[in-house]
Amino acid sequence: MKNFKHIYKEAENKVQGIAAAPGIVIGKVYLFTKEKLEVSHGAITDVEEAKLNLEEAIKQSKKELTKVFSIAREKMGEERAAIFEAQMMILDDPVLLETIEKRIENEKKLPEFIVYDEITKYQDIMKHSKESYIKERAHDIDDIKNRIIRNLQKKRWQSKITHDSIVVSDMLTPADTLLLSRSNVKGFVTDHGGLTSHAAIISRSLNIPAVVGTHNITKHVSEGDTIIVDGFHGYVLINPSDEQIKFFTEKSEHLVQLQKGLEEFKDKPAVTIDGRQIMLYANVDVSGEIDIVVSSGSNGIGLFRTEQILEEQSEFPTEDEQVRIYSNLSSRIYPNMLTIRAFDIGGDKFKLLDYSESNPFLGLRGIRLLLENLNLFKTQIRAVLRASQNRNVQFMLPMISIMAEIRKSKEIIEECKAELKKEKHHYDKHIKVGIMVETPAAAVMTKEFANEVDFLSVGTNDLIQYLMAVDRGNDLVSYLYQEFSPAVIRTLHHIVTEGNKTKKEISFCGEMAADTLAIPLLVGLGYKSLSMSPATIPYAKRIIRYLNYEHTKKLAEECLTCHTEIEITHLLEKFFKDHSITRTRQII
Amino acid sequence: MIETTVQIKNKAGLHTRPAATIVKLASKYKCDFYLAKDGLNINGKSIIGVMTLAAEMGSEITLTFDGPDEKESSNEIVDFFNRGFDEP
Repeated sequence: MKNFKHIYKEAENKVQGIAAAPGIVIGKVYLFTKEKLEVSHGAITDVEEAKLNLEEAIKQSKKELTKVFSIAREKMGEERAAIFEAQMMILDDPVLLETIEKRIENEKKLPEFIVYDEITKYQDIMKHSKESYIKERAHDIDDIKNRIIRNLQKKRWQSKITHDSIVVSDMLTPADTLLLSRSNVKGFVTDHGGLTSHAAIISRSLNIPAVVGTHNITKHVSEGDTIIVDGFHGYVLINPSDEQIKFFTEKSEHLVQLQKGLEEFKDKPAVTIDGRQIMLYANVDVSGEIDIVVSSGSNGIGLFRTEQILEEQSEFPTEDEQVRIYSNLSSRIYPNMLTIRAFDIGGDKFKLLDYSESNPFLGLRGIRLLLENLNLFKTQIRAVLRASQNRNVQFMLPMISIMAEIRKSKEIIEECKAELKKEKHHYDKHIKVGIMVETPAAAVMTKEFANEVDFLSVGTNDLIQYLMAVDRGNDLVSYLYQEFSPAVIRTLHHIVTEGNKTKKEISFCGEMAADTLAIPLLVGLGYKSLSMSPATIPYAKRIIRYLNYEHTKKLAEECLTCHTEIEITHLLEKFFKDHSITRTRQII
Repeated sequence: MIETTVQIKNKAGLHTRPAATIVKLASKYKCDFYLAKDGLNINGKSIIGVMTLAAEMGSEITLTFDGPDEKESSNEIVDFFNRGFDEP
């Protein structure tokens, strides 16, 4: 019987990307390319008809946006939906509509050209603004402009989506992803984007298999092609052979059975055979994921990445807006804990602030940027404190590399507490403050840093990148991004050993925890709390319930003597085999 | 005609939400309403126009109201500016 490795080794029709949401699906390509929108400059003879077409297109656009707006409100909350409300108001803008109608009468050109030209004028003003948030607005307006034009051209893309479509796109905006997800889309594949792109986030929360960051899938497929999307391994197979179809059909049927089986783990704790309990927390990107968090049987939210709020709102949320978002999450998961991470802006994550840096990953990001922008930082701290009334909120600082960053942040937090007290706001006086251990400097200084804070959380995505000095997005060197490199494993060992000396809580929140292969090793190294995408929690729970802690300790000791990554992965695979534990990707 | 200069008082400045509120308020009245800043003169009943305005905390905008109900309109809109858009 062939396995995935054989299939992919032999396959010449494969495209590799990032496995963004688990699952396997076979379906027809629906190419979602908004760039193809071409605006015709054609002349018209019937002005009345043209105006009628415009009216209909505006009406249809309103109908679509109303839907987007209500989905957005439900999924992302009132605050982040505001951008869609403004877009809807544009459809009623008397000045804009009057100008467009007059120009149609005078110039006798197709409405789509006039709409394009007129809205572009406003975008040009925005693009020339000194303020970066105004520049960003020009992009938001693109969506409404293209929507009207598309409706004028009667290209109603939604109707083209059949029930087994897999959406293939260069990238997806929040509005696209939300709407498409409602059209019975079976899977998502994109050229661009990583694990935190909108397509990835929404796919994970809706359990739709997705592969992102393929670089050029849109160039390899045509509309209607059959493709297989493997959201476990991050592969897409184009126009698969009969053999491949048979293989993956069996796997996906098997998967359905397996998922039914996983449901039984929901209410059971993640305890090893010999009684060691591992706490499983959820990493949350958008508040819409909360339903999955609740249904996954997690012990709380181990990481709420707040920078997603900025990305979706495209402007800085006010203190009150943040209080509402955080309070909503904290009460939904009460009495479980919610760990809020301060805005980790910079690097590849956010481009709203116009800093030009030659080396952004080594530049102004995380805590460095927050300490440079105290208003932004304090607004968030105040909001987190105000949302901490239920005493189930803790606050985490990203990208710490020196002691002064911790001490300065603590001072600012105390300042905010004093302000709030004066203003008679309620908050948790003993709110726990922790740091991310994601720079080699923080890893080396684990014990000393831990003594200054209440808890630590290990972020492997960045830690591996900085430890191996490799840009994970750079194809030329990405092979060096090795989760199981002895250097990484020994560093993880150092962190947990040193951290444990202080009795402070240490959790693990990198994507590495979502790789079931890593779980016995992490447990054996001594990690007692793991945080991962909510959809992967049942898979992890299943593995943990098969483990014997004493055996995993031996496994970890052996791994710590290895000299190469391959030795370690062999040991891990052997461990699974020797203990007759099957990994999900092997079962399916 | 009423002409008055107001200052932006909230931290986040004239972002999308207050912009939408201003347009909604202005649309209730018959009188013309314009916002002038940085050489741009924007019709206050046009959301796409108001969205082109960059106005951070502390900056000033000149408002003009012209029409039968200019007094009522200016009262309500100037008050909204003075309240810092009901934001911190």
